[in-house]
Amino acid sequence: FAGLADVSISEDIPVEGEITVPVGSRSPDEDYSTLDEPVKDTIMRDLKAVAKKFVHVMYPKKSSALLRDWDLWGPLVLCVSLALMLQGGSADSKDDGGPQFAEVFVIIWFGAVVITVNSKLLGGTISFFQSLCVLGYCVLPLTVAMLVCRLVLLAGSGTVSFIIRLIVVVAMFGWSMLASTAFLADSQPPNRKALVVYPIFLFYFVISWMILTFTPQ
Amino acid sequence: TASLVMYLFAEFDDAANLLAANPDATTISIDEPVEISKNQHGRLQEPGREEDDELLGTDDSDKTELLAGQKKSAPFWTFEYYQTFFDVDTYQVLDRIKGSVFPVPGKNFVRLYIRSNPDLYGPFWICATLVFTIAVSGNLSNFFIHLGKPTYHYVPKFRKVSIAATTIYAYAWLVPLALWGFLMWRNSKVMNIVSYSFLEIVCVYGYSLFIYIPTAILWIIPQKVVRWVLAMFSLCLSGSVLVMTFWPAVRDDNRRIALATIGTVVLLHALLAVGCLAYFFDTPELDFPAAIIPAHNGTTVITRSQ
Repeated sequence: FAGLADVSISEDIPVEGEITVPVGSRSPDEDYSTLDEPVKDTIMRDLKAVAKKFVHVMYPKKSSALLRDWDLWGPLVLCVSLALMLQGGSADSKDDGGPQFAEVFVIIWFGAVVITVNSKLLGGTISFFQSLCVLGYCVLPLTVAMLVCRLVLLAGSGTVSFIIRLIVVVAMFGWSMLASTAFLADSQPPNRKALVVYPIFLFYFVISWMILTFTPQ
Repeated sequence: TASLVMYLFAEFDDAANLLAANPDATTISIDEPVEISKNQHGRLQEPGREEDDELLGTDDSDKTELLAGQKKSAPFWTFEYYQTFFDVDTYQVLDRIKGSVFPVPGKNFVRLYIRSNPDLYGPFWICATLVFTIAVSGNLSNFFIHLGKPTYHYVPKFRKVSIAATTIYAYAWLVPLALWGFLMWRNSKVMNIVSYSFLEIVCVYGYSLFIYIPTAILWIIPQKVVRWVLAMFSLCLSGSVLVMTFWPAVRDDNRRIALATIGTVVLLHALLAVGCLAYFFDTPELDFPAAIIPAHNGTTVITRSQ
C-alpha cells in the first residue's frame, strides 16, 4: 500500500451516500424475472414502446427515444398494412395493375436499407438499425394517408375525390419528410446533409406516388 | 543493336560507380526533369496544342494518377474501401451535375470535375431518379393523353418500373464496362496518353444521364415534335460531354477505330433516349388499343390510327 500513502481526503469534503439500494430500481435480478411475468405484461410492454414511437413520429420533437430504443415491429406493421391496402389495384391483366404486395414490401425495405447504407457510406454516425427504425416509423403518416384515400374512394372517384386525395397525400408526404429529417439530420456530416436527405425524399415520393395512383377495382 | 545495349550498360555502370564512390551524394529523381520538359514543351508550342493540354488536363495528371492509386488502399472487404467512393460533398456533386449539363468546349469532364475522385453517389442516385422519373412521367403523360375517352381505364402499370430500372442500370454499368475493356485492349496495342479508370468512366456515364431527368418530365407534353426536339437537344448536350471525354483517349489510335468508338458511344446514348421515349410514352393522338371493349351501346370502338 505504499502508493496510497500520499492519498488523503480533505477534511471539509463531506463523504455521503446511500449504501442500501432503493426498492423498485432495476436491479439485474429483475431482468431475469421477466420470464415469470404474465404474457400480457410482456406484450403490453412492447406495444407501449411501439405506441410511444408512433406518438413521437406524429409530433416530431427532438427526442432520442426513437433512436435509442429502436425496434422494427412498428415498421413491419406499417409496411404490411400499407402493402395490404395497396394490393389489388385495378388490373385488366396482371401486368397492368398497381404494385403487388411483394413489390411494395420490397420497395419499402430495400429502399430503407439502401438509404441507410448510403448515409453510412457518406459518413453518417447513426447505426444501421436505428436508421431503419426511423425510416420505417416515418411511413406512418403515409399509411394514414392511404387509409384516408381508400375511404374517400369509397365515396366516389371523380375529380373532387382526386383533389382531396392529392391534398392529403401531399400533406402526409411533407409530414413524413419533416419527421424523418428531424430525427436523421443531426447524425450526418454538415456539408453532406443534402446528399443524405435527397434519397429520403425520393423514397417517400415513390411511396406517395403509389398511394396517389391507387385506383380500386 | 549490340553496341547500343553495351552503351546502355556502360551508362548504368557509370551511375552505379559514381554512387558507390560517393554514397552521400544527392540523387535527383528522374521523373521531375521529364515533367518540366513536358510542360515547357507544351507551352512553347503553338497555341493549337494548348487546348490539347486542356483536354489532357492539368500538368500533374501523372501525379494524380499515382495519388488515385494510393488513395484507395483499404482492402476491398472493409467498409472504408467503399466509403472512398462516396467521398464527395454537396457542392461537388452539384458542380459535376452542372458540368455534365453545360459542356464547356475544350474542357474534359473527367479532368475538370472528377480529378481522380470518382464517386458512386452521383451515378447511382441519378439512375434511381431517372428510373422513377421516366415511370412517373410516362404514366402521367398517358393519363393526360387518354383523359376523357370513355373506354380508357387508368392503370398504374407498375411493371414498367422494373423494366425501366433494369434497362437504365444495365446501361449505366455494362456500357462503361465494355468501353473500359475496349480502351484497355486498345491501350495495349497503341500507346495512349490518356486512359481512364473504370470508375471514372462509370462516373461520366452516370452524370451524363442527368439531362434526361428534366427531359423526361418535359416529355409529358403530348406533342410529338416537342418530344423529338427535346430528345435531340438533350442527346446533343450529354453526347457532347461524352465525346469530349473520350476523344482524347482514342485520338491516337487508328482513325477508323477512333471514329467507330465515338460513334458507338453516341449511338448507344441515342438508343437509350429513343427507346425510353417509345416504350414509356404513348404516341399522342393515337387511340389506345388496350382491349377490344365493346362500347355500352353494343358497337365496337373504332380506333383512329395516326
